[in-house]
Amino acid sequence: MATRGLSDLPPSQRPYLADPPVIAPGHTFASVTEKIMRTVLTGRTPLGWIGGVLIAFGIVNILMMAFGYLFWKGVGIWGITVPVGWGFAIVNFVWWIGIGHAGTLISAILLLLKQSWRTSINRAAEAMTLFAVMCAGMFPLVHTGRPWLACYWLFPIPLTMGVWPQFRSPLIWDVFAVSTYFTVSLLFWFTGLIPDLATLRDHAKYRITQTIYGVLAMGWRGSARHWARYETAYLLLAGLSTPLVLSVHTVVSWDFAVSVIPGWHTTIFPPYFVAGAIYSGFAMVLTLMIPIRAAYGMKDFITMRHLQNMAKVMLATGLIVAYGYFMEAFMAWYSGNRFELYTFKNRAFGPMGYFYWMLITCNIALPQLLWLRGFRNSPVLLWMMSIIVNTGMWLERFVIVVTSLHRDFLPSSWGTYKATRWDYATYIGTLGFFTMMFLLFIRVLPMISIFEVRALLPQSRINSLAQENLQ
Amino acid sequence: MIEAGIYGLMAEYDTVPGLVAAAEQAHEQGYRRMDTYSPFPIEPAAEAIGFHKNRVALVVLLGGLLGGMGGYSLEYWVSVLAYPINVGGKPWHSWPAFIPVTFECTVLGAAISAFIGMLAMNGLPMPYHPVFNAPNFTAASKDKLFLCIEAADPQFDLTKTRQFLERTNPRIVTEVSN
Repeated sequence: MATRGLSDLPPSQRPYLADPPVIAPGHTFASVTEKIMRTVLTGRTPLGWIGGVLIAFGIVNILMMAFGYLFWKGVGIWGITVPVGWGFAIVNFVWWIGIGHAGTLISAILLLLKQSWRTSINRAAEAMTLFAVMCAGMFPLVHTGRPWLACYWLFPIPLTMGVWPQFRSPLIWDVFAVSTYFTVSLLFWFTGLIPDLATLRDHAKYRITQTIYGVLAMGWRGSARHWARYETAYLLLAGLSTPLVLSVHTVVSWDFAVSVIPGWHTTIFPPYFVAGAIYSGFAMVLTLMIPIRAAYGMKDFITMRHLQNMAKVMLATGLIVAYGYFMEAFMAWYSGNRFELYTFKNRAFGPMGYFYWMLITCNIALPQLLWLRGFRNSPVLLWMMSIIVNTGMWLERFVIVVTSLHRDFLPSSWGTYKATRWDYATYIGTLGFFTMMFLLFIRVLPMISIFEVRALLPQSRINSLAQENLQ
Repeated sequence: MIEAGIYGLMAEYDTVPGLVAAAEQAHEQGYRRMDTYSPFPIEPAAEAIGFHKNRVALVVLLGGLLGGMGGYSLEYWVSVLAYPINVGGKPWHSWPAFIPVTFECTVLGAAISAFIGMLAMNGLPMPYHPVFNAPNFTAASKDKLFLCIEAADPQFDLTKTRQFLERTNPRIVTEVSN
């Protein structure tokens, strides 16, 4: 009977049902501008930032050494061998590109779905996409061993040899998908930045910063005609990015699914890869955002609402991924194909079975804690969960690539796989590169879209009361 | 009537309803060469100054079609004419395998034309524009809203237009030099 009083209230006033606000109350156009701009236009660089960049730069040097030695000796320095010809390079490529997908989902798909909570996280999430795709792109390039000799079979380039790429191969589709994805993500991100660059140009104190932001802002002046065309272009870019992002991981999954290897040759791969990509991407957004909102005092803009919503998206996509694992197991049995069945048994109970069970723990078992409201309300616990999910998704790609290859049709050609120190150096190096790029981004560009946050304030509407009632 | 050296008259407002009401009145008065400047998109402001339609979508459609046709033609030319290879007995013109790249090229063409088309129709990049001479115009990218009636408007008259703008409750009305 004690709860009767509460359920009589409208849902938004019930204390246990009310969502935290998307933006803390009491802000004005000037206050949001000042607050977000301050991290960029301040003369004082936080010491923590300098330390972080130095550490990340040190790790980038490990990456450079790994690449240098690779170009000197060739891909033999890695653990790849017969029959496991695809190792860390492909695992890391798929992992990184999947992480990128959350940025596009937040910036494009949630824009089309009119999810206004996306506004304060889309800029940073898109930047994450760009840097993750850069990291992803490094692997297919360097895994050719001599990238400068590889361009003619990756891209259609007229040469005197008269040799052209093979357009019936998913690997070429992948080249087009990933390069298009990077280009479109960059255009989308830069388009979103133009009005904010104008803000920085107008409020920068020094001549040099005024010039740099001024050139990048291209003379943006906030004209109503410009805004109208801008909004159309921005929406269309979002509309184009939506099928694009779904196509990218679909094409990545075809790299596997179009082959005849047991464990790869399945139709569940495209949807399950896309869901896994979004799953790991949201985990990475949480990994980045939770420390940043605390360090830069952005809790007014990146509120608990954002963290909770991202946790819910992770829970939903995690369940789709779980369905994917279940379907793989079911189809291995239902197909009646002894090779498929053996691959599955070997995956779960073979010599590398412990990876499979670690993956199930990280991706399916532990994330069920996200059902608990208290868990979703704790930034620290969510951050730990995001690390667990990222680990799980890396393991998933490792299990798919390595356990399918190391024992296929002929027992006489079975083998094993062991990564070398250069494999680890390259992988850790890209983590350093990603961190460094992200730190540089939050220092020189506004990490939250200022003009979109302004448009989120009730003062930006012509009739704020009528609008409130509509929502 | 065009005054020498004057680009227009700029009125500054605090609130969105104030700006939109002023722009609507200016349109009713018959002013056409005018524009509003704001730090975030205000759709009713564009409607008020009589800017209802833009052609960005058309450009994007054309760019997408061009990209898609270009991508497919490239695949056809490479796989059928320039470098035909028999792969597992598949036909040279194996169109289903050509769809992914065609799709990616469509999106690429459309996205590039959305970006370049939007900038080109807005006349950007533009290194110099007179409105930046207006006092306090840096607030147009922060928290203030502006309406500028340009001297090029046939109805423009320095005193009459100024009187009209002062009646719309602005914070201040200033002359913008060219």
